[in-house]
Amino acid sequence: MCNFFNKSDLTRKDVDEIVSDTLKNCDDGELYFENSKSESIVLDDNKIKSSNYTSDLGFGFRAISNEVVAYSHSNEISKDSLKNSAKSLQSTLKSIKGTYNHEIPKTNNKFYDAINPIEQKTLDSKLEVLNKVNDYLRKKDSTVKQVTASFSGEQKSIEIIRSGGESLTDVRPLIRFNVSVMLEKNGRKETGVYGIGGRQSYDDYLNNDNWKNVCEEALRIASINLDSKPAPAGEMKVVLGPGWPAILIHEAIGHGLEGDFNRKKTSAFHNLMGQKVASEGVTIVDDGTIDKRRGSLTIDDEGTPTERTVLIENGILKNFMQDRLNARLMNTRSTGSGRRESYKHIVLPRMRNTMMLSGKNTQDEMIKSVDKGIFAVSFGGGQVDITSGKFVFNCTEAYEINNGKIGSPIKGATLIGDGPSILKEVSMVGNDMMMDPGIGTCGKAGQGVPVGVAQPSILIDKMTVGGTKL
Amino acid sequence: MIKDQEFLKSKASYCLDLAKKLGATDASVTIGNSISETVNFRNKVLDESNRSDSLAMGIETYIGKRKSSISSSNLLDENLKVLIEKCFETTKITPEDEFNSLPDKELLATNIKDLDLYDQSHIENDKKIDYLKELEEAASFDKKIINTESSFTEDKSNFIFANSDGFCNGYKTSSFSASCVTVAKDDVSMERDYEFTNKRHLSDIADPLKLGKIAADQTLKKLSPKKIGSNKISVIFDKRISKNLLSSFASAISSSSIARGTSFLKDKMDQKIFSNSINIVDKPDLKKAMGSKCFDSEGVKTDSLNLVTSGILNNYLIDTYNGKKLKLKSNGRCGGSTNLFFENGKISYEDLLKSHSKILYVTETIGHGTNLVTGDYSVGATGFLVEDGELKYPVNEITIAGNFNEMFKNITLANDLEFKYSVNSPTMMIDGMTVAGK
Repeated sequence: MCNFFNKSDLTRKDVDEIVSDTLKNCDDGELYFENSKSESIVLDDNKIKSSNYTSDLGFGFRAISNEVVAYSHSNEISKDSLKNSAKSLQSTLKSIKGTYNHEIPKTNNKFYDAINPIEQKTLDSKLEVLNKVNDYLRKKDSTVKQVTASFSGEQKSIEIIRSGGESLTDVRPLIRFNVSVMLEKNGRKETGVYGIGGRQSYDDYLNNDNWKNVCEEALRIASINLDSKPAPAGEMKVVLGPGWPAILIHEAIGHGLEGDFNRKKTSAFHNLMGQKVASEGVTIVDDGTIDKRRGSLTIDDEGTPTERTVLIENGILKNFMQDRLNARLMNTRSTGSGRRESYKHIVLPRMRNTMMLSGKNTQDEMIKSVDKGIFAVSFGGGQVDITSGKFVFNCTEAYEINNGKIGSPIKGATLIGDGPSILKEVSMVGNDMMMDPGIGTCGKAGQGVPVGVAQPSILIDKMTVGGTKL
Repeated sequence: MIKDQEFLKSKASYCLDLAKKLGATDASVTIGNSISETVNFRNKVLDESNRSDSLAMGIETYIGKRKSSISSSNLLDENLKVLIEKCFETTKITPEDEFNSLPDKELLATNIKDLDLYDQSHIENDKKIDYLKELEEAASFDKKIINTESSFTEDKSNFIFANSDGFCNGYKTSSFSASCVTVAKDDVSMERDYEFTNKRHLSDIADPLKLGKIAADQTLKKLSPKKIGSNKISVIFDKRISKNLLSSFASAISSSSIARGTSFLKDKMDQKIFSNSINIVDKPDLKKAMGSKCFDSEGVKTDSLNLVTSGILNNYLIDTYNGKKLKLKSNGRCGGSTNLFFENGKISYEDLLKSHSKILYVTETIGHGTNLVTGDYSVGATGFLVEDGELKYPVNEITIAGNFNEMFKNITLANDLEFKYSVNSPTMMIDGMTVAGK
């Protein structure tokens, strides 16, 4: 356990007193301490380009009354600093009175170990793997012109202190290993990127040859793109592969089901609860409880245990994702979805691991049913306009489909669709659900948090593909 | 109160002295403090207040050609000692890289100009609230506006950059910004748009009434959009989007992309990459401007650069490390461009809109569809269909695509440049892009 103020002039009694005193007339709020240690080691252009270590310690103090949130954060841990923050909160909320809710559910299993992945392995052993990656790829294929490989590791310890002295803690490890390769052939350049990660130690990558699989996958994507043709432009059928393409679900549906946008009625979904928003057979959950996954959390950043929240069940909209603030204002309970990037950021309802569950069809059936369309296997990233519901994502590996057969690879293109209607266009759901490899970071209101996605193969009857070939 | 120069300097020299004492051959350190206060409003009532006080330090230690770095937010001497020792130990085992070094001494900035980047005015939260009340009132003139959100931030920063060659400089900056996001709804659709102001000096920020009105007008215009058919069409990029193409260009000519060979503009020096009429300038010493700098993040002096003249690429954006790799001198662009802009074109905004009988006018793009290795570009877009110079109807759920190599040669710029961001462009038209829609 990390003691967040043992080197300051603060005692636990001081902290409890300041917190209870500041929050006594508020509806909610807490003091959040965070100590994070992170490292990033990058090999690029045949050399170790950077090795960086960051250590960050700070607090964020939040008070909420009615709909008004007052927040103050600092990385100076002292009695003066905390009192200054308290004063700032009180001045914002001076005329608004609330009733503090002391209840908070306390049980959850731990979904990861309280390890520090950075210290578990020597720097030397990490450098060795990165050099092996570089040598392996450059020897393997003479068209390889650039290799970037990186390790990043983090341990984040948090403590949430609520009015009345209640304290909740969590220690969260997170690692990621990434390989990017650029090929050049006949004057044409293409890149392929692949990575893996989760809330675990580096052991999985360093102890066996797992890193080779990551290299192979990056190389495979880059090679395919070297032969790619311009992508088509216009509306057509789209088959999505399993796993990472589920960022479609994340962008198209996930963000629109976050509590804040629905309380404010700015989400295209705010008036669709209980209604049919997807084809029959489509079930989507947001699950924070999967062992060691990137998007999993034992407790969220307000201390609520995470859960498996059913968002859409067999096509019907069932639940939004809630933090404490939006749950209270919408007369429901928190789903353990209150998250923040760090102590410098306010809590927002966010996704964890967002998953579409398996159906009955096979990927083969889907491809065979398409006369003209595309088969999208891998994506770079996506974005959504919550209000209009329009969302995009960028293919990094895709093929054309002609007369039920997979054809040539096509260049990266943006796909665009309409969130509230896209899931009604899903006409087949595959039996091959897969988790992503553990690389997702979701951005919202300037805050990035680690998330996961999963889905089976799906067939979408109509989507706009943003290529250049008319 | 923001930490003063003396405090930051004493921390910086503590770090450098310690690194030297441990045996580092060179070192550089940045110490910064920023205090920011924000008030958020929603539907004409207070929604959130946020105060942030951040200290940060970053140090790079060298042992010959070995280098590593550490950063932290805890500036207590005791903590700095532990971290710098760790950094030094890491440096020892990090492999050598022949290009690692501090900048050449003669390139370090010596003449620190006063660019008027700091305004000591302080605006109390109550005054921010008054401003936001006026703004949201102005934004709510139409009952189709169903949600207004606005925000006011005051930001004050101070920093010191120092290295073991004796460079030690820094200065205060401030910014005051306000923004308004409105949501409008009719029977067909719900749409969102925004407007903002961001200035170094409090007295320069936009009038709240104007800001709210512009945000609401822009949102209302987007209601009941249509999807258009897939076609080749001339696309006009509104100023808030055209600057993004310039940012992509800046990334593609950064010395790191060039040295790594991962830019579509590699080997294009002294060649024509834009049409004849295009000039691109990066000017660091504009008074009060958002991107102004007295030196780059390595302490190297920053001179004004003509990156593109009459369509021809003249300069990369070069830092010390990648400069050495490319056998070029740093031009003070570690950390990127400063105030980067396209010089004005010859045609007026109105004439640009009339230049073709049918034009897609893009006001927003979504997605990250820019590939700097190949120059391929494909993004989601929202905007208007323009016929004979008139906005006919709003358009959405379409994509626009092309390749920068061709797009850059087909740019026509209007003469309406203003300095609102650190990267600025006049309204821009590109002929022959592919729109994918129905």
